[in-house]
This record gives sequence, structure tokens and C-alpha cells, in this order.
Amino acid sequence: MVRGVGITIEFTLISFLLAIVLGLVIALGRISKNKFIRIPCQVYIDFIRGTPLLAQIYLVHFGLPQILGYKPVGFIDALIALTLNSSAYMAEIYRGGIESIEAGQMEAARSLGMTYGQAMRYVILPQAIRRVIPPMGNEFITLLKESSLVSVIGMEDLMMRAKIMAGRSFRPFEAYFTSALIYLAMTFTFSRLLGRVEGRLKASGQS
Amino acid sequence: MVKVKQLHKRFGDLHVLRGIDLEVKKGEVVVIIGPSGSGKSTFLRCINHLEQPSSGEIHIDGVNLDDGSVDINLIRQSVGMVFQQFNLFPHLTVLQNICLAPVKVLKMPEAQAEELARQLLRKVGLADKEPAYPHQLSGGQQQRVAIARALAMKPKLMLFDEPTSALDPEMIGEVLMVMKELALDGMTMLVVSHEMGFAREVADRIVFMDAGLIIEEGEPSEFFTNPKHERTKTFLSKIL
Repeated sequence: MVRGVGITIEFTLISFLLAIVLGLVIALGRISKNKFIRIPCQVYIDFIRGTPLLAQIYLVHFGLPQILGYKPVGFIDALIALTLNSSAYMAEIYRGGIESIEAGQMEAARSLGMTYGQAMRYVILPQAIRRVIPPMGNEFITLLKESSLVSVIGMEDLMMRAKIMAGRSFRPFEAYFTSALIYLAMTFTFSRLLGRVEGRLKASGQS
Repeated sequence: MVKVKQLHKRFGDLHVLRGIDLEVKKGEVVVIIGPSGSGKSTFLRCINHLEQPSSGEIHIDGVNLDDGSVDINLIRQSVGMVFQQFNLFPHLTVLQNICLAPVKVLKMPEAQAEELARQLLRKVGLADKEPAYPHQLSGGQQQRVAIARALAMKPKLMLFDEPTSALDPEMIGEVLMVMKELALDGMTMLVVSHEMGFAREVADRIVFMDAGLIIEEGEPSEFFTNPKHERTKTFLSKIL
């Protein structure tokens, strides 16, 4: 099961880091004034949030190879599905953060002659980032748990190892309960860490 | 310096500006007064296109803003604005607040920008607040930093949108003092304000707006002692 833990963490970390980047791009597209950028981003977010991750994993692993003709590779497909999924949620977190910054900040920046991009980069985003750290931590925890779904396309993550062990030992309760405890230990540790970061953000106080 | 012709602004069905004509010469200080909802702030915000006018023309230094080829960012570099709510950048120190635009927009070397910022901070009497964050300052101090921040772009024109309305009474004086010095230095200023003392003392011209129109304008002495228009009289009788 220890090996499974490593794989679970690997999936979660990689797709989380990718989603931090992709989510920001989609969020900026989502609030764009150009509807040819905004609407596709909106559709993407709605699609991802309105469909089960399980369906998305099947789509990437079985559905798309049929149309696009690529050879399905479990590890890559699982990573893509998790990243695409998390990016949509991240985009909404970023958007919430950006929209929570008072309009006066953008106006002040623009009144100084900054372009929209400069105002975003130097004035809005640095403030928004502080506000999105807590919800991003929650998204990380969600992703860690949801990553158990990659076991359905044969990834040997913690969930899959538990399944294998349950079959071999004929003791499903012990196997699944142990895996559940391991998930709990991971999410609990992380949410504690997050609590500390939040505390420090509050202490530094410049909201 | 500024020439406005038949400026209209509509927010949906709401017709906020109903044909404003105004000219401001270089070095002139014009104070705009009027009841709330008369469109004073909207007018000011149209001048640097924080609000897009619905129709009409705005010329700044001979450049027509609505000419399609005009880069509004370039225009805004020479038009400073001071807001009622200060709008300092809370994540940056006082010094960084002032240096940000010169460094990022004008590509001024950082050392030079800091030198300029220190000079401006001395001018507004806050030389010791360089490393402070905005939330550590009083309202009056924040507004003075905001003025310094706008001046760092070396603007030809300064717009003040009710710069003292959000301040505690005892802090209004220090901000008005800075504005007065700026006027004496020859800055062209367009000020929306309720500070009649300041208007009387510093303004070259008072403009009275009501319901999206300029009702009356004139030199302060004439304007305050001998208003022509009935609505001006009513307004002045309420506030003086």
C-alpha cells in the first residue's frame, strides 16, 4: 500500500501544480471582455463542473483516443483528466479572488497609465493570490481524494492497492478501512498545514 | 489644456451628463461643485476615460481622445488622478506605491524612481513614511501619498475626485494644503470638491453642475457673492 500512497501523491501533486497555471489562464480568459475568449472558457468551466470526474476520466482514456486516434496511456490520461478537472475549479477560485479586489485598485492602476495586463500583474494578482491560498488548499484536499478514481483505468494508486489487497486477503474491511485511514491521515495533515499558513496570512494582515 | 464639447454619458436609461462644454487652460485651477448625483464625478472620470463617454469630444493637450488611433494609456500617463477612497495599493509600501508606475510604465531605472519618490514624499510632508504600508497610515497621509503617486508620472493635468470627502475633519487641512501648493506650482487642476474655503481661495474658476449640465461658472469672488442662476443661489444658500 505504501507504493500506492506514493502514486496517489504523485498524481495529486503534478496535476495540482499544472492546474495552478492552467487555472489562472482560464480564469483570465473567463473575465476577458473579448467574448471569443470568454465564452469558450465559460463553457469549459461549466462542462467540467457539471460532469462527473469519472466520466471525464473515461472520456480522456477511452473516448478521445477513438476520435483523435492517439494511443491511450493510462498514466498520462489520468494526469490529463485530473488536471483538466482541477483547472476548472481553480479558475473559479482565481476568478473569485480577482473579483474580490475593489474596482478602485484597477482604476488607480489604469489612471497611472498602466495597461490592463500591467494592472493585473502588478496590482490585482498579487493581492488576489493572498486571498485564493485558503480555497486552493481545499481544492488540493479535494483533488487528493478524487484522485482515487484513476484506479478505474488501472492506475496502481492507494485505492487500487487496497482493492488488490482486499481481493488477495479476502479481508475487504481491513483493506479498505486501512486505505481510508491513510487518506484521512494525508488530508488531515495537509489541512493542519493549511490552517497554519492561513493564520500567518491573517497575522501579516495586509488584506 | 482640456477642451470638452457636448459631452454626454448614459448608463442604460440614466442620462447622467447632458451636454457638457468646458475649457481649462494651462495652469488653471477649476473647482467643480454641485449637489450629489449632478454628474461631477462621472464628468471627471470621462476626462481620462475611466468612463467611456456616450458622445461628445474630449481634447487633452490638442489630442482628441476619441480619435481611434489614440493610445489611452499614453494619455493617462500625463493625466494624474486622485480618488475619494485613495486607492493606494495595499500590498506595496509607500515608496513602492509611488515607484510602480514610473518603473513599469515609463521604464524609469529603479534608483531614479526612488529618488523621485523621496523628493515627492518630502513635498507632501511624509518623508519618514517611505517603508510604511498604506494601512499603517491615517486617511490624510494615505491621500497625500496618493497625490505623490500621481505626481510621479509628471502629469500635465491633475484630476481630483472629492479628495477630502472620505477624511476625518482634522485631516482635511493637510490634504488641501498639498493641493494648494500644487496649484501655486502652476499645475493644471480639475477638482470636484465640497470644500468651499479651498474653492474660494485657490480656484481660478468655479463650475456649478446640476442634473448633468453646467449651470453657471465664474471667478470665485463673483461666483460666491453674486450668483446669477436661481439653482446656484439655492445650492449656495444650503452650503454656505
